[in-house]
Amino acid sequence: MTVEQIATTLNAKIICGNDRAHHEVKIAFASDLMSDVLTLREDNVLLITGLANMQTLRTAEMSDIHCVVFARNKKISEEMIELAQENDIIVLECSYSVFKTCGLLYNAGLLPVF
Amino acid sequence: MHFEYQIEGGNFTRAGYASSEIKKKLKQLNVDLGIIKRTVVATYEAEVNVVAHAYSGTIYVDFDEEKVVIKLVDEGPGIPDIDQAMKEGFSTASSTVREMGFGAGMGLPNMKKNADDLQITSEVNKGTTVVITMFFKKEAKDL
Ligand SMILES: Nc1ncnc2c1ncn2[C@@H]1O[C@H](COP(=O)(O)OP(=O)(O)OP(=O)(O)O)[C@@H](O)[C@H]1O
Ligand SMILES: [Mg+2]
Repeated sequence: MTVEQIATTLNAKIICGNDRAHHEVKIAFASDLMSDVLTLREDNVLLITGLANMQTLRTAEMSDIHCVVFARNKKISEEMIELAQENDIIVLECSYSVFKTCGLLYNAGLLPVF
Repeated sequence: MHFEYQIEGGNFTRAGYASSEIKKKLKQLNVDLGIIKRTVVATYEAEVNVVAHAYSGTIYVDFDEEKVVIKLVDEGPGIPDIDQAMKEGFSTASSTVREMGFGAGMGLPNMKKNADDLQITSEVNKGTTVVITMFFKKEAKDL
């Protein structure tokens, strides 16, 4: 799925990385626990989370995650936007719960990591 | 090449700065992307551990032709039983640390999986030293 398709499916707003709306992801992982995200071996995973802090983006940076969906209507700060831009991380904000977000993306064909 | 970075205990906003700088250096050196990821994941886990569990620390990074050695020295409570701390799920993390998205007791075992070599020494009430060694030419580690 492309970022653009993800945004449409989730009725989500692309906060940064609008210029890379054609970036494609095939697999996704949902967690509020960065400890678990850091154990993933796969690259280019879409991260779905309700944890909106600097460490979410740092974790994405270290794990080569290029796209993060902040669900549950979490808003990201200016500081987080800067960090995302610095690291070419695409960020989406979505008002649905993590469960609904995952359900919609699973239905649309995104695959789980395991 | 030698670099040093300071780590501030409890400062989650800044946690990861050093790991990020190390990632940039490894990219400049054209190190294999898989090795870069293993290096920065292990380093970031170690950096977050200093922020989460210790008072302050310093990261010493030494690159040469064939490897990078990343040494994290902290002042803190130390780890009384390293074997126990290495077990998946063991954590003494505070609720503040958990709210930040950490404290699952996955960090040390994950560092062990990612690092080519990991050495941990610790003295209770003084601090902990973690040494991560990564070889650039090594074949992809079997995880
Ligand atoms: N630098 C350190 N100083 C003092 N104690 C530490 C240090 N690093 C680890 N520990 C101890 O070892 C335990 C296990 O560490 P580990 O990194 O595996 O898990 P965690 O940090 O609690 O959670 P996670 O890494 O999954 O977010 C910690 O809870 C803590 O008790
Ligand atoms: Mg840890």
